[in-house]
Amino acid sequence: MGTLLSIENLSVEFSNYQGTSSVLNHVSLSVNRGEILGLVGESGCGKSVTARCILRLIPAPPGKITSGSIRFAGEDLLSVSPKRMGRVRGREISMIFQEPMSSLNPVFTVGNQMREVVRRHRGLARREADALCTGMLHQVQMPDPEEVLKKYPHELSGGMRQRVMIAMELVCDPQLLIADEPTTALDVTVQGQVLAILTGLSRRRGISVLLITHDMGVVAQVCDRVAVMYAGQVVELAAVEELFARPLHPYTQGLIAAIPDVDPPADDAPGGGARPLFSIPGTVPTLIDRPPGCRFHPRCTVGGPGCARDVPGLCWVTPEHAVACHSSRGGTA
Amino acid sequence: MTPVIQTRDLVKRFHVPGGFLGRHPRRLTAVDHVSLAVRRGETLGLVGESGSGKSTVGNCILRLLAADAGQVLYNGQDILPLKETDFRRLRGRLQVVFQDPQSSLDPRMTVATIVGYPLRLQQGVKGTALEARVLAALADVGLQAEHLHRYPHEFSGGQRQRIGIARALITGPDFIVFDEPTSALDVSVQAQILNLIAGLQRAQGYTYLFISHDLAVVRHISTQIAVMYLGSLVETAPKEAFFRHPYHPYTRALIAAVPRPDPTRRQNLAVLPGDVPSPLQIPSGCRFHTRCPEVMAVCPKVAPPHVEMGPEHWVDCHLYG
Amino acid sequence: MGIPLRQHPKWRELRLTWRLLRANPTAMAGLVILVAMGAMALAAGWLAPYDPLRLSLAERLQPPGAAHWFGTDEMGRDILTRVMYGARISLRIGFVVILIAGGIGSVLGAVAGFYGGRVDNLIMRVMDVILSFPSLVLAMALAAAMGPSLNNAILAVAFVMIPKFARMVRGEALAVKELPFIAAARVSGARNRWIIAHHILPNCLNSVIVLGTLTLGDTILIAASLSFIGLGAQPPTPEWGAMISVGRKFLMDQWWYATFPGLFILTTVTGFNILGDALRDILDPRIRR
Repeated sequence: MGTLLSIENLSVEFSNYQGTSSVLNHVSLSVNRGEILGLVGESGCGKSVTARCILRLIPAPPGKITSGSIRFAGEDLLSVSPKRMGRVRGREISMIFQEPMSSLNPVFTVGNQMREVVRRHRGLARREADALCTGMLHQVQMPDPEEVLKKYPHELSGGMRQRVMIAMELVCDPQLLIADEPTTALDVTVQGQVLAILTGLSRRRGISVLLITHDMGVVAQVCDRVAVMYAGQVVELAAVEELFARPLHPYTQGLIAAIPDVDPPADDAPGGGARPLFSIPGTVPTLIDRPPGCRFHPRCTVGGPGCARDVPGLCWVTPEHAVACHSSRGGTA
Repeated sequence: MTPVIQTRDLVKRFHVPGGFLGRHPRRLTAVDHVSLAVRRGETLGLVGESGSGKSTVGNCILRLLAADAGQVLYNGQDILPLKETDFRRLRGRLQVVFQDPQSSLDPRMTVATIVGYPLRLQQGVKGTALEARVLAALADVGLQAEHLHRYPHEFSGGQRQRIGIARALITGPDFIVFDEPTSALDVSVQAQILNLIAGLQRAQGYTYLFISHDLAVVRHISTQIAVMYLGSLVETAPKEAFFRHPYHPYTRALIAAVPRPDPTRRQNLAVLPGDVPSPLQIPSGCRFHTRCPEVMAVCPKVAPPHVEMGPEHWVDCHLYG
Repeated sequence: MGIPLRQHPKWRELRLTWRLLRANPTAMAGLVILVAMGAMALAAGWLAPYDPLRLSLAERLQPPGAAHWFGTDEMGRDILTRVMYGARISLRIGFVVILIAGGIGSVLGAVAGFYGGRVDNLIMRVMDVILSFPSLVLAMALAAAMGPSLNNAILAVAFVMIPKFARMVRGEALAVKELPFIAAARVSGARNRWIIAHHILPNCLNSVIVLGTLTLGDTILIAASLSFIGLGAQPPTPEWGAMISVGRKFLMDQWWYATFPGLFILTTVTGFNILGDALRDILDPRIRR
């Protein structure tokens, strides 16, 4: 199992009339072959920007990559030609988004759009293309693939559209699939189906997945490893069991503790459950008022005086577990 | 004890334009004979997926939408036949907090105006008296005097939702509808708002209808839970009973589909096949039969019976009929 | 509620608008032109070298020179002076028309959009009828029917501008009325009329300001056209359109007569258009956040 994608020290700035704000600050993470890496964080933490950087999809201006490298299968994606990048997009790295409707053209049928992709990437004749499309839709467990090909995007439900998107991206047989909040707009029962399809495909075909989400439950159920982001930085990186068993960063601990529990508590105390949820005080800082030092320190309950001054770097506590925190480094202080 | 709010066989239909030049509009039954009751000081959690009609129920109770049939009893009195002028006197007794904290606050008004609004319109409170009440309401939700003269866009999502809650509570209402109040918020902020909502109820004895698609959130905040599927209720129960003994296959699936934050116990997340059918084509018989893992021959033919499984625990399912 | 002016929320919004304006060079160019025009109009009594109505047949039709920078007309009146006084009239026409048309149009549009159904149909079909005529032709017909005078011209132009505002505000009202804060106001006990006045109209204000600024240019043009064909300002009133109308006869030999009023119309209209364009961006809430 080697590294497929490695991002090192990626920094991105956005500028507008109010000045320049750093959106990503020395982000480092890697995706191994065949694994599902979860990239979690709250709104504005930079998880989607990171994903877009991989495909060089951030608009410039206002965006600007100021430092770092993104190596994909040995190639630095930040320095390849636009032509080569066009080839990488779609063929080697695919991306699906939260709202599949916006990625589908409303005036063409699903079949039209899927065939177009197949022909462009595989150069197949119409009949072979049709067969491939049906096969792909079958793989994403779409009932009645032939019928679906004749339909327009608006005639499909949200879950069906997301499946069509996944099928379309898989036509090109990518090595890496970036899924940006793929189930956020879906109902719980449909979310379950789509996640099951994603994990199944990843396992069966050995596709690496970078799954961007804000839902710790989804992360726990689906991912192999997890990177937690906060205010433009990766604050913790670990295997999923390790992260949930021993979260080191106070932010990760808070995120996990703040999830309301569905299952009744083990002790059979009726009438319970009225105890308050754990909550992280304060709010996520906006792009323009990010605090100095450790960006989490104004909301942190364990930090010391140094936290407001020095930016903590990502340190490997064990070979599998890294954290960017002054207090948790090396297990103790 | 008379429930604060009770609906009896509430029905709401929408007309969807359809056919050539809109000549064959189709009828969509968003809420189909829904009967609910919320007792004083309690929270009814109303759960369902998109298209279940859960928000429509809330809007019908508040008379933001005109129900087509049935009753909405407020302290025993049916408020649906009241004329708008008579009903306006009750406005402010029934309040609401919406999902999107951004668009539920008028961007051109300051916090002082927004929060004082119901008092000003209902009781004609003005000037310093109004300001004092606004300050008290803001303090209740954890905001300060310095926030008084700011515009909504100067606040974060969580703070905006606090402003929305302050506006809903300033008149000391008898009943508050929360329509997905935390779904637009980050997890860490969601916990703050849920604690705030629950804390205010403990302190002041408010009565809530809490509409959400998130079972975990509903479990945390509710005393009673009702599940809707395609416009009708499938199960209602006290919270403890609901999570310990869910009877309806749909309820069970909903609970099972929530991804638990525990990587050591991987779930089978694909608990139900297919999608929620369009509300324009509601399946015959039991409307859940197209996706039900325990479907029987009778299900597509006959509407399910309304069965009592325990104290206040009702299920609409042929399995128990 | 006594808050110091500097902390007043409206004041802060205004300051933000000003900051954004300052950062936008085109907008500033438009603003500078308009402020200069406005200042010129206000201070015409001071700045102008002559009396706009003073006849001096000895100096008739003189080319631009040291005594008369813009030359003189066929009655020997100083064209620079008349152009400066003309700014008063043109700007006044513009603003009065926009106030009348913007006010009436916005209310009609808000009512139509908010209530929908029959009210909407009635109002908007009337607006469609007005719009189906070319605005200049309709304004001409109305002004002619009411009799040639400056005030009638203003009313006529205002009338043909109403549908522009009504259509735009109706569109906005349709979107605004669906927002949850309208439902929240209803739940708080607000009546329909209150909602239109306190929520719908204020939320359309920015667009009305933008459209008003953009339309001001058109308005001045139409008013000048009316004067040009003799239906607006009557001679000897120094109005730009009226001046061009007379000056046209002398265009072959005395080019300055019609050219200078024309240049001022051009500059003013351009000023309003570029300012309006920039305001559209600056007042956009997505950019202000």
